[in-house]
Amino acid sequence: RYSLTNQLLRSQTRLLHLGEANVLSSEIDKQSVEFKENASEMRKLVAELRQLTSQVLTGGGPKAIERHTSRGKLLARERINLLLDKGSPFLELSTLAGHELYGEEVVNAGGIVTGVGRVCGTECVVVANDATVKGGSYYPITVKKHLRAQEIAQENRLPCIYLVDSGGANLPRQAEVFPDKLHFGRIFYNQANMSAQGIPQIAVVMGSCTAGGAYVPAMADESIIVKKQGTIFLAGPPLVKAATGEEVSAEDLGGADLHCKTSGVTDHYAVDDEHALYLARQIVSNLNLDATNAYNEQLQHSSKRNFGSAAPATAAVEEPLYDPTELYGIVGPNLTKSFDVRDVIARIVDGSRFTEFKKLYGETLVCGFAKLYGNTVGIVGNNGVLFSESALKGAHFIQLCAQRKIPLIFLQNITGFMVGRDAEANGIAKNGAKMVTAVACANVPKLTVIIGGSYGAGNYGMCGRAYSPRFLYMWPNSRISVMGGTQAANVLAQITEDQRKRAGKEFSEEEAQKLKTPIVEMFEREGSPYYSTARLWDDGIIDPANTRQVLGLSLKAALNNSVQETKFGVFRM
Amino acid sequence: CMATKATPKVRPINKILISNRGEIACRVIRTARKLGVRTVAVYSDPDEHSLHTELADEAYRVGEAASYLRGDRILEIAKKSGAQAIHPGYGFLSESVEFAELCQKEGVIFMGPPSSAIRDMGIKSTSKAIMAAAGVPIINGYHGDDQSDACLQAEAAKIGFPLMIKAVRGGGGKGMRIAEKPEDFLTALNSARTESLKAFGDSSVLLERYVRSPRHVEVQVFADHYGDAVYLWERDCSVQRRHQKIIEEAPAPGLSEELRRELGEAAVRAAKAVGYVGAGTVEFILDKEDLSFHFMEMNTRLQVEHPISEMITGTDLVEWQIRIAAGEPLPLTQAQIIRRGHAFEARIYAENPRGGFLPGAGPLRYLNTPKPSAEVRVETGVREGDEVSVHYDPMIAKLVVWGENRTQALNSLIARLGEYHISGLETNINFLIDLASHPEFQQANVHTGFIDEHFDTLFPPIVVEQRQLSQAALSLIFNELQAAHSNASNGQDPFAAAANIRLNYALIRSYSLKAHEKVYAVDVKYDNGDIEIRVDGGAWQVIKAERVQDDGRLKIRANIDGNISTYSANIDGGNVTLFLENGKLDFELVQPKFLSAQADQLGSGGSRVVAPMPGVLEKILVQPGDVVKKGDSLAVLIAMKMEHILKAPKDATIKSIGGAVGDNMAKGAAVITFVDDDVSN
Repeated sequence: RYSLTNQLLRSQTRLLHLGEANVLSSEIDKQSVEFKENASEMRKLVAELRQLTSQVLTGGGPKAIERHTSRGKLLARERINLLLDKGSPFLELSTLAGHELYGEEVVNAGGIVTGVGRVCGTECVVVANDATVKGGSYYPITVKKHLRAQEIAQENRLPCIYLVDSGGANLPRQAEVFPDKLHFGRIFYNQANMSAQGIPQIAVVMGSCTAGGAYVPAMADESIIVKKQGTIFLAGPPLVKAATGEEVSAEDLGGADLHCKTSGVTDHYAVDDEHALYLARQIVSNLNLDATNAYNEQLQHSSKRNFGSAAPATAAVEEPLYDPTELYGIVGPNLTKSFDVRDVIARIVDGSRFTEFKKLYGETLVCGFAKLYGNTVGIVGNNGVLFSESALKGAHFIQLCAQRKIPLIFLQNITGFMVGRDAEANGIAKNGAKMVTAVACANVPKLTVIIGGSYGAGNYGMCGRAYSPRFLYMWPNSRISVMGGTQAANVLAQITEDQRKRAGKEFSEEEAQKLKTPIVEMFEREGSPYYSTARLWDDGIIDPANTRQVLGLSLKAALNNSVQETKFGVFRM
Repeated sequence: CMATKATPKVRPINKILISNRGEIACRVIRTARKLGVRTVAVYSDPDEHSLHTELADEAYRVGEAASYLRGDRILEIAKKSGAQAIHPGYGFLSESVEFAELCQKEGVIFMGPPSSAIRDMGIKSTSKAIMAAAGVPIINGYHGDDQSDACLQAEAAKIGFPLMIKAVRGGGGKGMRIAEKPEDFLTALNSARTESLKAFGDSSVLLERYVRSPRHVEVQVFADHYGDAVYLWERDCSVQRRHQKIIEEAPAPGLSEELRRELGEAAVRAAKAVGYVGAGTVEFILDKEDLSFHFMEMNTRLQVEHPISEMITGTDLVEWQIRIAAGEPLPLTQAQIIRRGHAFEARIYAENPRGGFLPGAGPLRYLNTPKPSAEVRVETGVREGDEVSVHYDPMIAKLVVWGENRTQALNSLIARLGEYHISGLETNINFLIDLASHPEFQQANVHTGFIDEHFDTLFPPIVVEQRQLSQAALSLIFNELQAAHSNASNGQDPFAAAANIRLNYALIRSYSLKAHEKVYAVDVKYDNGDIEIRVDGGAWQVIKAERVQDDGRLKIRANIDGNISTYSANIDGGNVTLFLENGKLDFELVQPKFLSAQADQLGSGGSRVVAPMPGVLEKILVQPGDVVKKGDSLAVLIAMKMEHILKAPKDATIKSIGGAVGDNMAKGAAVITFVDDDVSN
């Protein structure tokens, strides 16, 4: 009798448990024609993404790889694998940077591999030159990718490990890599300032470090050099000969023996790549970051405790209830077809649990709280064009998250803010501005995934690149541009027609078409996620099925920095 | 036959001291506890934390490693602790006439036969004479005092060839030679004399007919203080290596009931002839061909392999020993001792069967035994983490199994051996499995030369299979996941939950695994949770695997290429041990070059010579500054009672010596360091 009562009690408790009511119901008809079509198309896109990635992994091609490895050197990604903890994921960033960027010149991955991985239990940013790609020299995109990795390190307080193997600036493109604010010099500026902020800077010299490149190890907190492979000099043997007539070998001019025993430019002497990476791990294991981390964690916990966080820290994390590969069939490549962003959320967050905020108001913007690997996050997702109400709701929700120090995740699928007389009369401009202000000022980690379209001011309100999300990823089906290609073409055709009319000239349908086609084509090309990722407008294109993991890793990386107070600008009322 | 029985004078025993260590001490304690008898253990310094000191009610330090032979101290402890009796176990003081006499003098019960019986049985020529007189068949031979060459040669001609020449005080194969033909006799004789003189300080020999295919069959006997004696059937201990038993069974296979009875009755006559009391074993040599048997010797103690006799008779022989020592009559009459089923005992040793059965020592880093039951006994004195000491016999455990018949018992033995998981040191478990699975052993075609005869088939070349390499790689993967998850609470760490993830491509991780001197390249491909493995650049194989719960130990169920298997594994630093049904398989992760360069400095090689096993430094043959040539002897290490000569691996100059004569050297300790001729790096 006793146990029966107990059972009853337990089942009642279970019914009353708050956790049960917030599970998203997201049963999808997987047999529907639409689902199957979407899934099939999306799988093609993912296959294309993997195909392009596999090409990038070939670096500078078989010959260059052969030349590189025959000297006993490991490839950039092999080095990273050995540097990272066994089994550590590697959140590789912008793998397709430089894709079709320099015409005939193939600069795979921009000649540099960057990402976040775990070294001796500490999340670190790794920047590794790929010497098989153009000798590891810095193209403009290489510089941009290097600086972006440093930006990520700085924003999230992640130690930097530079695996240096580069001939320095790409001389024919010196004007695009040397002089400007965000050019080569910024690398060392960042090193100095991150060091000043207590973000460790570690350099491993595994190849040449010539001219400006010499400053990477020289500016590092600690540096390692590989015997008979690593060299550091401001000017290489050819330049020295030209300048002073002195004939000297690279090893004598700037090898490991010289720099470890005589000059003191480097601190640790490695006999080969593996040894160097082992030494780098040793350095990380002695960074003594735990003290700082513990302090940060305490801060986070105390802020949570103030609000009486109900979930005990030890609760086991639930995987989403629904298979993430179902996202293929839900979303599909046709952006004109709508889908419910809740079906996406249900395949990303812990236990598919989502506590929605203001569900019945401004319904085109979905806001709510969820957990990602146990961390509370605020999610903002689009379910259609943004109206005034949606923007107001968004601004409100972002304020809540900022006040509670809850990281924000934006799932972008947005054609823009509503246009038209009614919308303007309702003050869509100032209401949209409220949301943009909130997004811009919210001082919590922000993560953005473009899962569909990203157009116009919608991109701003939904934390596009300009709003400095800590990480921004795109799905292979997504598009990004100021507006859709057809709309742009129509706008331009309309303007031309008006001009013609004013001049009393005809504007035939044929002429209109002639004007429109290249514009549609241009928007199509430039709106592609590959065009975006090649230029580092994002941090990489991801497989939709990996979204949960990628966001989880990114969030974990972001939480290395403590969440600061937010001060908002003026909200125009 | 009960007519002569005297009135029992029972003097109850409620506390005994066990003057032994290891499994036998633990074994005795277990029965004592069952009987409500309190136990006192003694321990040497190396044994301070060993299992027997923990199991006993009290434990006393007796001294340095060799102290289990210190009868005087042990008796003192017995008196101090109030123990009425001493159980000597086997080895050490168990057959010491002096100790038995000392006990008697001090009024402490020695749980063994009277000292006179030990003495009579201890000298071979005496024992044979007594046996012959009692009508126990003995082997033709000469046991006389005239040790002149002429006399011995004449006697040899009488006995015939092949002929065995044995030291009178000999044992363990020392001072023993076989002369195949008359012309070999003098050479063999002189050789046996020299060895005997060196080993026992006495050059007297005896001559015996040599049985070419002998079986070692022994009978367990028990006698009480009232002149009664019984036999508990026989055991076959023919399969031996280095003249030591390795696997025993009871009853001996292939004997008729009549022969069994004859053997038993002869053994009882032998015991009675020396006024025996307590547990004893009468060893016979049984000719495999004509099944004739002859008395060899009597062991006046409880033997290592006594459990198999217990298993087939349902008795507890230690209980019998305690009761008889207390003055009780034999618990059962001969007619009540019913034989049932078949039992095997396999002795698990720290040794290297493929390296000439060289004894080993070291830590039991990982130890998981089969589950004991009424039919499976694990007799051991060590736990996981204990050390198999250099000071004592390297036996780790005895695995005893029982079955309805020989086939069942043997199947069970093989299966349970496969469940005996040890890593950290080399053991003979794989060999025991191979031995027990050998067709000739299965057919019971056993004799004392079994291992030599079947050497090639017992040690087939080892082939490492692709699936085993996959299994090894999987164990590394699961071990890693476990490590990652133990640091992350409940999957809250995406870096652990998303292990090995790469964005839009598969991560391939390469392992270099070394097994039996061959290095294999094993690649593991991780693609969004799917795993594929290939070996040496071969085809990728799809793997599905999951961890099976096993007390926190690593146990994996894997589907490799459509074949599902469950196996255990242990990862210890760079060593991977797989426990498969046919034994364990060790892999070593090949160290990165820079580490092996450093390890070179730790192992024997460029700059030093290290102790290959734990041992005592016996001799140092060089001094600092000496110039030696490659192959020169540098020092002598005594380990497991054997000499190991450390030789120079190259021409070099001695820089320093890592110890003094008499020092204990740990495995891997630098004994000799050379002047470094390679200063760069």
